[in-house]
Amino acid sequence: MTGAVIEIQSLTKRFGGTTAVDDLSFRVEPGVVTGFLGPNGAGKTTTLRSLVGLVRPTSGRATFDGTSYAELPNPLRTVGTALEAASFHPGRSGRDHLRVVGAAAGIPTARVDEVLAWVGLADAGGRRVGGYSLGMRQRLGLAFALLGDPGALVLDEPINGLDPEGIRWIRGFLRDLAAEGRTVLVSSHLLSEVQQTVDRVVIISRGRLAYEGTLDGLEGGAIARVHVDAADREALGRSLTAAGGQVEVAGDGLRVSGLDADAIGRHALAAGVPLRLLVPEREGLEDVFLGIVGEGEIR
Amino acid sequence: MLRSLRSELLKISTTRIWWILAAILFGYVGLTAAGMAALFTTIRQQPEGQLITAEMVPPLVYSVATAVGYVFPLLFGALATTTEFRHQTLTPTFLATPRRSAVLGGKVIAGAVWGVVYAVVGLLAAVGLGALVLAATGQETLLGDSDVWALLGRIVLAMMLWAMIGVAFGVLVSNQVAVIVIVLAFTQFVEPLLRLASSFWEWSARIGGYLPGAASDALVGSSIFTAFSGAATADSLEWWQGGLVLGGYAALFLVIGGLTTWRRDVT
Repeated sequence: MTGAVIEIQSLTKRFGGTTAVDDLSFRVEPGVVTGFLGPNGAGKTTTLRSLVGLVRPTSGRATFDGTSYAELPNPLRTVGTALEAASFHPGRSGRDHLRVVGAAAGIPTARVDEVLAWVGLADAGGRRVGGYSLGMRQRLGLAFALLGDPGALVLDEPINGLDPEGIRWIRGFLRDLAAEGRTVLVSSHLLSEVQQTVDRVVIISRGRLAYEGTLDGLEGGAIARVHVDAADREALGRSLTAAGGQVEVAGDGLRVSGLDADAIGRHALAAGVPLRLLVPEREGLEDVFLGIVGEGEIR
Repeated sequence: MLRSLRSELLKISTTRIWWILAAILFGYVGLTAAGMAALFTTIRQQPEGQLITAEMVPPLVYSVATAVGYVFPLLFGALATTTEFRHQTLTPTFLATPRRSAVLGGKVIAGAVWGVVYAVVGLLAAVGLGALVLAATGQETLLGDSDVWALLGRIVLAMMLWAMIGVAFGVLVSNQVAVIVIVLAFTQFVEPLLRLASSFWEWSARIGGYLPGAASDALVGSSIFTAFSGAATADSLEWWQGGLVLGGYAALFLVIGGLTTWRRDVT
């Protein structure tokens, strides 16, 4: 199976005076899991809703292999979408919910039972959705996305509300779907939530593209620092500053940037200062992510 | 469109509201029809009650199905659309069928189908219980009369149109609480007052004939309301005009709703 290529081209959406998505462009390829990241309010949900035709963009296009969602002959068979956990009638059973949408797409009831079993809701399918936990609703949303056996999946915060066992389950699940050749786009406001699952990331902030590429590329942007200490801390600091490093005094030693561990060792030796600690540190991916999207900014 | 219709019919049958309303409709119409049959029997036993002929009674009893029952398919249709806004189920609906006009078409036809179901329930109550009381008290039931069967047919048509008006009105208003309040206040309070007030002058009575409830009574051709407010009957529409007026309300709400709330972003 080869999923459709998702392409967002110069997408802009304004709600009244607020610009939710601002000239956004990116591509999502099949066969890998792509994370769509940004803080709450960055425009992720608006982008995804525009992609599947629920929101009319102010300008720009969003397509699957060049075709907009509304023009797909049988959209559920091309694109599976899970948007939010609340879009179910509480008085209808999970199974009936899938039968209702299945009927609209010409999908038989046998397939409904298949996807219910696939997401682990075979027993709960007959119960009313009003009694479901958030995790069960997420699973039902996934079942809806899988109903038409689509090549592309668009999932908005699918990990939100799952218990640890559910999180492990969905990570493997998304990887399997991508390994089958499907296009998998997963949004999240937490990088750590999808870090182990995604191969590529698209990061947006305030409706604009902030980063598009691999996780490794994102990591490359991390600033390396070295945690170093010596009995004569002052002498060590002097020699490293003279060598061009930025030295910061911390409670348990010095934090040096601008020099790598090798260089620090050599300079310490040259200055005759015996080291008692030399540890290269990497800034966490989460910090890089927050740096990109603007740390602590809440809109 | 056909798939949308199947989906819409399934939406209705997989939730509880349709049979709750049907049960109340049956009880309400059945009790009213039986009570009226008994009342007319008593009146006709009085010397001056002979003014009401045997042929007048059954149509009045049977038309209770619409005269008091029309609010049920109306409310049902309105709930069927507003529930989608309320529970945000328009999201999966439009994901499965991005052509929103096809969804709307499916909804209206599904509403019409269920309107017929409500007509059958209402008639089972009105004719079933009404005729039972009439027969038990030795009155004419007229169930062999073709005019009465034509009346029953027009009742089915009226109930169908009311359900379609409900669906269309739900699209127009979209807020479920607002729709319930408007439907109940208008049908139970505002319209009866307007009909009464309009019957005082000839010119206003002509306008009053176009009120939806009056048009419905004109379509059915018999109703306790028109029977007891003499002035209004003179200016009431022909039965087919009544049907057209009801259809006109449905079309008007549908077009305005379809161009406004139905086209909005689903967020």
